[in-house]
Amino acid sequence: MHLAHYLGLLHRSQNALAEAFRQVAEDHKEEPDIFHLCHDQARVCDAHAGRLEPFARRYAEDAPDEPERLHSELFRGTRTGGLGLLRDLQDLYLMAAECDICWTVVAQAAQGARDRELLAVTSECGPETAIQLSWLRGRMKQAAPQALVVAD
Amino acid sequence: MAVSDGTERIRDPWGERTPYGPGERWPIRVDENCPAGVDAWFRSASVLHSNGDAMDIGVRDGRIVGVRGVATDRVNRGRLGPKDLYGWRSVHSPDRLTRPLVREGDRLVETDWDTAMGRIVERSKQLLARPGGWGRFGFYTSGQLFLEEYYTLAVIGKAGLGTPHMDGNTRLCTATAAAALKASFGTDGQPGSYTDVDHCDAIALWGHNVAETQTVLWARMLDRRRGGARPAMLAVDPRTTPVAREADVHLAPRPGTNLALVNGILRLIIHNGQSDPAYVRAHTIGFEELCRVVDSYTPARVAEICDLRAADLERAAELVGGAYRLLSTVLQGFYQSNQATAAACAVNNLHLIRGMLGRPGAGLYQMNGQPTAQNTRETGADGDLPGLRNWANATHIRQLAELWNVDGTTIPHWAPPTHAMQIFRYAEQGSIRLLWISATNPAVSLPELARIRRTLSSADLMVVVQDLYRTETTELADVVLPAAGWGEKLGTFTNADRTVHLSEKAVEPPGEARADLDIFLDYAARMDFRDRDGRPLIGWRDAEGAFEAWKRCSAGRPCDYTGITYEKLRAGTGIQWPCTADRPHGTERLYTEGIFHTDPDYCETYGQDLSTGAEHTAQEYRAKEPRGRAFLHAAHYRPAPEVPDEEYPFMLTTGRTVYHFHTRTKTARAPELNAAAPDVWVELHADDAARLGIGDGDRVRVTSPRGEMFAPARIADVRPGTVFVPFHYGCFDAPGRVAANELTVTAWDPVSKQPLFKVAAVRIGKG
Repeated sequence: MHLAHYLGLLHRSQNALAEAFRQVAEDHKEEPDIFHLCHDQARVCDAHAGRLEPFARRYAEDAPDEPERLHSELFRGTRTGGLGLLRDLQDLYLMAAECDICWTVVAQAAQGARDRELLAVTSECGPETAIQLSWLRGRMKQAAPQALVVAD
Repeated sequence: MAVSDGTERIRDPWGERTPYGPGERWPIRVDENCPAGVDAWFRSASVLHSNGDAMDIGVRDGRIVGVRGVATDRVNRGRLGPKDLYGWRSVHSPDRLTRPLVREGDRLVETDWDTAMGRIVERSKQLLARPGGWGRFGFYTSGQLFLEEYYTLAVIGKAGLGTPHMDGNTRLCTATAAAALKASFGTDGQPGSYTDVDHCDAIALWGHNVAETQTVLWARMLDRRRGGARPAMLAVDPRTTPVAREADVHLAPRPGTNLALVNGILRLIIHNGQSDPAYVRAHTIGFEELCRVVDSYTPARVAEICDLRAADLERAAELVGGAYRLLSTVLQGFYQSNQATAAACAVNNLHLIRGMLGRPGAGLYQMNGQPTAQNTRETGADGDLPGLRNWANATHIRQLAELWNVDGTTIPHWAPPTHAMQIFRYAEQGSIRLLWISATNPAVSLPELARIRRTLSSADLMVVVQDLYRTETTELADVVLPAAGWGEKLGTFTNADRTVHLSEKAVEPPGEARADLDIFLDYAARMDFRDRDGRPLIGWRDAEGAFEAWKRCSAGRPCDYTGITYEKLRAGTGIQWPCTADRPHGTERLYTEGIFHTDPDYCETYGQDLSTGAEHTAQEYRAKEPRGRAFLHAAHYRPAPEVPDEEYPFMLTTGRTVYHFHTRTKTARAPELNAAAPDVWVELHADDAARLGIGDGDRVRVTSPRGEMFAPARIADVRPGTVFVPFHYGCFDAPGRVAANELTVTAWDPVSKQPLFKVAAVRIGKG
């Protein structure tokens, strides 16, 4: 059973996203909404990772070795300025999108494994990741014209 | 007749009681402050708070000499508060601005209108010459201009320049009211009426010190409390305000925990079987989710979070849960605090699950703080689209494009409007190059003032300020435009219970000062804004013309003004919108049938996630099939972004006094009001004071991570661990004085974008 690998992927993606949210918060603290909301969302990611842990451990017992190229690197640090903020939010968006699709995949696997507890976790956490996506998209929509067309 | 002479209403802000019982008409009591020998009276209403108390302005020899309340008006039945009775004297202040000023180096020098407007227009045309020119303009207006002025400004911004960067200082005061009304009921618009005070059997005041912010509304409540079958009263406030002293139950929660408190009350009501299942089933969406969320807010847990006694929470729940006609009112204690929109929606939830809407006494005010804030919102001068239209609804954009005869792509609708704090951020970053500020004083009223001053002082930013007097903000301006004030210009405005009043021009403005409307019209003419057929974009030349244009814009929307004329408004009482041919006398209450404004083609918003402000899409919204039902929004409590710690162990909450309005631009220039509250103070609890060795009147230092201020201590009945500072006091009349907002945190509610003025961690010590 390969479910453990996807749980591992999601777990690591949630931790990476939490870390990226924190870094963006700190490096763009001049944008107060970014500062506060990114810290909030980092805590949401932490909680997701925490809830995944027992399942990752449980399924690890049945798992073969981890396949190659399972994990990807989506974030290599923050940038500065209006355009930099836009690009940083885009990184966060892609990382959240990875978590989002992982929740879908894990939820499907949980159906297959008849694992009601895991299914409950995916149905509570998955929508919170979707909210992150829609917040990031909205914030980028707001910032884009000013950063790309108006600013010198 | 109660004649106010001298300082009677300073000593007793609410005046003598005129008790009345449930269902009776509130007795008339006419207040006035006017010498004999008035030549003429001119109809108006108060502009120093949001209650909309109708009054006549008395004029002798072309000069305002006094005021009297209008006995026939539905709002105040003749009464006036201290700011109304004494505030008018500020129009005579010798330091009124009478000529335009322009910056020459580090000085502002007097000039003529052509020079001042010429500079603004020259800069505007330069900025528009390059792509993205619209994004280089920002407008920051007020809750104190007239409807006609806001609508004209909104058309200039949205159809002339095409910029989304327009907001009002209403962002600081009632943005959450609008956000919560939209979220729960589909559009802005106060469900209740002031006459609900006459019929209710319980009044709940949620973070609303109405005794000081709307004295005449409080007088109405007190009169019910002194009459037969008095309504029960609940006050939620961390300070023991006059409201809290009057209330039967007073909850003083830890600042920043309102949502937990209301969730706890909702849970008790549901558990006690006091919800109205038939109403919930027929008229709401989201009850199951609400039950699921509030279920964990047991009295013990809420007591812990809010630092209250569980028994008091239970008494509060009994009070609001047992009422047959519950009236709620919500203001800054909720709006300027943590999780503002979620907490205000929680009060909406209370009324929805109990079916307490749309009938006499069952009312809800998501209050306004400023006299004309409702107009800022409905005309779109706060960035929303005029007529409470939905920026994400293509049909609504098309309606406006047809109305104004402009290309739809000009109208900014590609993202939510830019809120005030973001406008100042763009100015700080240099992408906004012209910031036009009208009738407000951000150099005292915004959070983290050092940053605001730095932004306004930037050499690359042209700052235009339009005001009656020099203020902390005009001193940073490049162009200062002298404006006519109340009584010196004609126009309408709408109060917190949707009552529209006309304010007549009683006297000429001083010197070369001009009505704000004329200034905006002059700018539009000089910019030569044109519609698609090459005709002037703005076809009106005066207030009544602007009002008629606005009526066309409002037609068919919740704030429909089509049945109102200036003539009707002169007939003796204000009129509540919507007012149409079918409803020529206006509409007392909204949602009388439990049909809400949530239809996807009609609503003002497709909704937002309350924790992040993430916008829902039209598709997501339609999938909920609202069909005129209201939304019950459930959210969990989360701690404020700043909570006390070892270094900053106190919570600072800012607020108001009955004698002042905003940054005292007017009220400090009214001798009686200024004498009543001449200087800032810090309130703290006796235990805290004793521990720190601070005595009443001692100079206290208040320090936050962002700044520090000094003020004399008042040992007061504020909750332990919390200190209170009135926000009104800047430095214009006392060089070196530091405003409370030097200390506040720059953070805002994710949905309403209203700054959090009520939750900053500070330390205090002897100064």
